[in-house]
Amino acid sequence: MTTIYVRSVGMAAPGLLGWQAHLAVLRGAQAYRPQPLPSFHPALLPANERRRLSGTTKLALQAAQEAMDEVDVNATQICSVFASSGGDYDIIDKLCNALLLPERPVSPTHFHNSVHNAAAGYWTIGSACRQASTSLSAYDWSFSAGLLEAATIAQSEQAPVLLVAYDQPAPFPLSAARPLYAPFATALLLGPKSWPISLAKLQMSLTSQSSEDCLDDPELERLRQGNPAARSLPLLQAMAAGRARQISLPYVSDQQLLIQYAPCL
Amino acid sequence: MPMHPLRLSAYTTLSALGRGKQATLGALHRERGGLRPCDFEDAELDTWIGRVEGVEEEPIRGELAPFDCRNNRLANLALHQDGFAERVATAVQRYGAQRIGVFVGTSTSGILATEQAYRTRDARTGRLPDSFVYQHTHNVFSAADFARRRLHLAGPTLAVSTACSSSAKVFATAYRHMQAGLCDAAVVGGVDSLCLTTLYGFKALGLLSHRLCQPWDGTRDGLNIGEAAGFALLEWAKPDDRGVALLGYGESSDAHHMSAVHPEGAGAQLAMQRALDKAGLRAEQVDYINLHGTATPANDVAEDRAVVRQFGTRPPCSSTKGWTGHTLGAAGITEAIISCMSIEQGLLPATLNTRTIDPRLSANLLLENRASPVAVVLSNSFGFGGNNCSLIFGNLRR
Repeated sequence: MTTIYVRSVGMAAPGLLGWQAHLAVLRGAQAYRPQPLPSFHPALLPANERRRLSGTTKLALQAAQEAMDEVDVNATQICSVFASSGGDYDIIDKLCNALLLPERPVSPTHFHNSVHNAAAGYWTIGSACRQASTSLSAYDWSFSAGLLEAATIAQSEQAPVLLVAYDQPAPFPLSAARPLYAPFATALLLGPKSWPISLAKLQMSLTSQSSEDCLDDPELERLRQGNPAARSLPLLQAMAAGRARQISLPYVSDQQLLIQYAPCL
Repeated sequence: MPMHPLRLSAYTTLSALGRGKQATLGALHRERGGLRPCDFEDAELDTWIGRVEGVEEEPIRGELAPFDCRNNRLANLALHQDGFAERVATAVQRYGAQRIGVFVGTSTSGILATEQAYRTRDARTGRLPDSFVYQHTHNVFSAADFARRRLHLAGPTLAVSTACSSSAKVFATAYRHMQAGLCDAAVVGGVDSLCLTTLYGFKALGLLSHRLCQPWDGTRDGLNIGEAAGFALLEWAKPDDRGVALLGYGESSDAHHMSAVHPEGAGAQLAMQRALDKAGLRAEQVDYINLHGTATPANDVAEDRAVVRQFGTRPPCSSTKGWTGHTLGAAGITEAIISCMSIEQGLLPATLNTRTIDPRLSANLLLENRASPVAVVLSNSFGFGGNNCSLIFGNLRR
């Protein structure tokens, strides 16, 4: 059993832009109405760096920023885990198209932004953070894998960890090979011990005896199934509702990540 | 409290130096590097590469055929060398398949499959060919998923992708998962394969050398790209175990720039310091340093400054990029294994191709192979995004 405490949450998805602003939607007290996301302008980076950011990185930074804005924590001291199933499909598309042209004119900026840890790199640059940062993928199970990686870092280092999970749909023609329904990003600031103000206590273990939780709202369920980062929604819903319960998220090789959620008051 | 050492109870390496431990060791002893003028696909680049020969003729067949791509072919070849898969099968009998984790580092995974799919797009619809299986080839997780399936493991599995530190960081991830009780043992590894994205990408950044790369040389002008795969089985070291073990790891971020290192190597030094702290060792106890040593003008300066601040100019250091090329996401595991071989064989590899050390650099660089017993080795891996990882390996009977 791995135990972790959630301090704050960030969220960015169509109709779910902002964790605090959409608690009622997650609780089911308000209808879910998908709205296209605006373009983001992450304040943590100077304008010249901001210009280089792709939409995928901006999406990840938006959720990360919300989780950090809520709390009085020194961002330079936070380890981070960035979980994304496929990274930046837009840039992969640009690189593959450039390789079809005479002389293969790959843009140096696109190339260095194509690394899976691009969002993490910009995050550590923007927050002047020299702590450890892991970027990972476990395909459709990336959120659960990221949550476990973040929890084990928090326990091992006895230090706070920011988990950011994000995926953005691919452009055509990659979209046909990797269909994603809508963009989704979430961020959880986690700690090994109870914070002065904690949102939740999560006790986690792996099992093959459970089945993954689904959502009642058909639109939200479509979002959950359509984006690996949105596999977090049952956990986000439970934390919004604030009632202790068990959550089962999908994990690699037909296992599930069982989470005993308890609110902290 | 130092961390509990993790024994490498089996390991294997595949690179331009050769297939498996014996071939690699033979090349090291003979001072025969694996680089050749670029002959990858139709790339017209005036550079040298570390290509593994014959991969083109060795597709993945059978039930894992959907995973067939250059990257997974390298993984497949490596997993079947040195009795590695057999050793893992024995571990499965001891621990159970669900109790062995799989943590694999890769930078570009099977992106070559997507490059090829774009080349054969339908002229009318623009669609990629139906034969293209994104999930099992290009996706970053494919490298870890393939290893998991090939080894019949069912424990925690993920791919770390932090550019050129990827397959160093898997050691840290494995340690933490084991420490948390999520698994009792782990297979760690790294795989990266040649592709046009990295060849032309590094060309665009002006970092490809037209010559054999020369780490620390006064005339160095860039890197050579290579490909490699390597795996290790990690188990908790027991009191009377012999062999080599992971003693420490240190991770950090530069917080400086996406593709340029911190000029003073501040993040690099932090990673080395943290690795020493985790191992409970002092700088003077490190006998040899396997440098990241990419041979770009800026990278070597930054790493030299960081190493000298942390260790002074005493410990012998070398970069093995001149042997294998820079194998990017596989550099961490490749150099971890070379470090372990150094301990087992008492052989410190030369910094191949380097003739005249840059007078501005002061680390104690080895220009020739040295036969010398070493008990503790530090290996550096630094990546884009300012992602750093240092590992410390040691002899359990030191």
